[in-house]
Amino acid sequence: MQALSDFINLYLLPGLVVGCIYALGAIGISLLFGILRFAHFAHGDMMTLGAYLAVIFTASLGWSPYWALPIAVVGTAIAALGLDRAFYKPFRRSPGIVTVIASFGVMLMLRSAIQLIWGVDVKTYDIGIRFPMEFGMLKIAPRQVTIVLVTVALVVALHLFLSRTRLGKAMRAVSDDPDLARVSGINVEQVVRWTWIIGAGLAAAGGVFIGIQTKVHPSMGWDLLLPLFAAAVLGGIGRPYGAVAGGLAIGLCQELATYPWFSDDPFIAPGYKPAVAFSVMVIMLIWRPTGLFRGRVF
Amino acid sequence: MDIFSAGFLNYLIALATMSSIYAVLCLGLNLQWGFAGLFNAGIAAFFAIGAYTAAILTTPESPNYLGGFGVPIVLAWPIAMMVAGAVAWAIGRICLRLQGDYLAMATIGIAEVIRLVIKNEEWLTAGTRGIPNIARPFQDLPAPWNAVAFLGLVVALVLVIYWAAERAWASPWGRALRAIRDSDVAAAAIGKNVTQFRVEAFVLGAMVMALAGALSAHYFKFLGTSATEPMMVTFLVWVMLIVGGSGNNRGAILGAALIWVIWSATELLTNRLPGEWITRTSYIRVLLIGVILQVVLQRFARGLVPERPPRMIDDEAKTR
Repeated sequence: MQALSDFINLYLLPGLVVGCIYALGAIGISLLFGILRFAHFAHGDMMTLGAYLAVIFTASLGWSPYWALPIAVVGTAIAALGLDRAFYKPFRRSPGIVTVIASFGVMLMLRSAIQLIWGVDVKTYDIGIRFPMEFGMLKIAPRQVTIVLVTVALVVALHLFLSRTRLGKAMRAVSDDPDLARVSGINVEQVVRWTWIIGAGLAAAGGVFIGIQTKVHPSMGWDLLLPLFAAAVLGGIGRPYGAVAGGLAIGLCQELATYPWFSDDPFIAPGYKPAVAFSVMVIMLIWRPTGLFRGRVF
Repeated sequence: MDIFSAGFLNYLIALATMSSIYAVLCLGLNLQWGFAGLFNAGIAAFFAIGAYTAAILTTPESPNYLGGFGVPIVLAWPIAMMVAGAVAWAIGRICLRLQGDYLAMATIGIAEVIRLVIKNEEWLTAGTRGIPNIARPFQDLPAPWNAVAFLGLVVALVLVIYWAAERAWASPWGRALRAIRDSDVAAAAIGKNVTQFRVEAFVLGAMVMALAGALSAHYFKFLGTSATEPMMVTFLVWVMLIVGGSGNNRGAILGAALIWVIWSATELLTNRLPGEWITRTSYIRVLLIGVILQVVLQRFARGLVPERPPRMIDDEAKTR
């Protein structure tokens, strides 16, 4: 019994929470790859930016990070629009790989700007000590519940947006065939703007959740990049629901891989968690590059 | 300031040596990006593989890490290159049939996994303690001449790689690679094996990067986790190649020298900033190099020495 409750409380639930955070980041990578046709290397650092924008309000005004969350989301979305204008828009007609180089530069610039403004020290949101709620053998921290519920709400909102609104449908049309979408009168630049707003906004939410769950530091975006790419490839490029499933799968894989399955030692040493994401990505690229949800392959 | 003082001379030699090591990296990246259009975001990984393989093979036995093989340097460097080539071959076979972005993601992964192995497998790499006592060639010579001789060795290697890369650029192999880079569909239509050519360019480039890693390990005589700081090496080399002119081997060398001098000069400048800024200077430098990259990408995409179609080897022979 003890073993089962440990398995759920120490591996399964944390895996689920980490998976939610990965899902929020991977949605943006998948949408951007589908619509702008490039792998956005600075996406992890957009999550870092969101987390640090929330730090402003939690540190100086003493706000709860949940109240700072919407402001971080809006701030990161605005920053993403500015970065797109300055560094990505000039390359819309160039081969996608040039934009990848630009995003690679933006990644380093964002990180060094964050280090310059906020320093390199680890920061935490002051959310006080809250005791976990106990349901029989389950021990669930309130923040875990909040993270999962807010993620579900955001994904449902995204689903309604993509399936019910004109703009959402336009977005899917551009993702399927940008030229056809353009000649049918869809304002592609507007779609691109909203892709950035949604992608960066969700990434910022994920970044704040990491701060709530553990801590905020400048290189967190770099640590996230590999699991995010793995999640996007696993779900299928250009498939937002696939990215959600991919994020959850990668999060669960990483945590469950450290469970002592066959002996008393962890199956995979915790230091190698990112390598788990890498292995999943490589297996997908060999076996099924379109991902689980039949995304695109470029 | 006496510009002929020993300190300044040593500084210049160090500057030239580092520029040359970066020139090797840059020529390796040019084989991948300039020749074949392959985006490698894991330069640091192949650099680290080369550095650690060479260090482990040549250093004396130690309880802290795997060592004591006593392999001579002339043998250890080629082995280091082959190990990196094998890793590049494995990752290339998987990713190179897909569009470049997948290779970019996979190379980020390789860089991260190599970093984790170096950090966690202390029996192999001594982890954060690092590997000391790596022998530098010519270290037994008297004071300035050991550094000069090592610089001469690195420059000679740069010239050899440059010569080989120029021959490759003019060869049918290089022409096929450029065709694949510019349109893989057209190249496949005339019967070129696109994946095979890409794998060859990727493996060769990775081997050259590993040589640079080995050179750097033997130059610093010490190898720790900070030497393979994942993104700095990769980022700097990319900026060097883009600024110098991708697709041009001279551009690669020029870019390496220029960006390394800027990088080192900004260190001198930023060290004069007031106290509270001094800890943050390295971030200002990264920001500055990032701005240079973006400006060059947008305004001078072809770099300082733009790519030129090669002079055919046959023509050269005729004019003689």
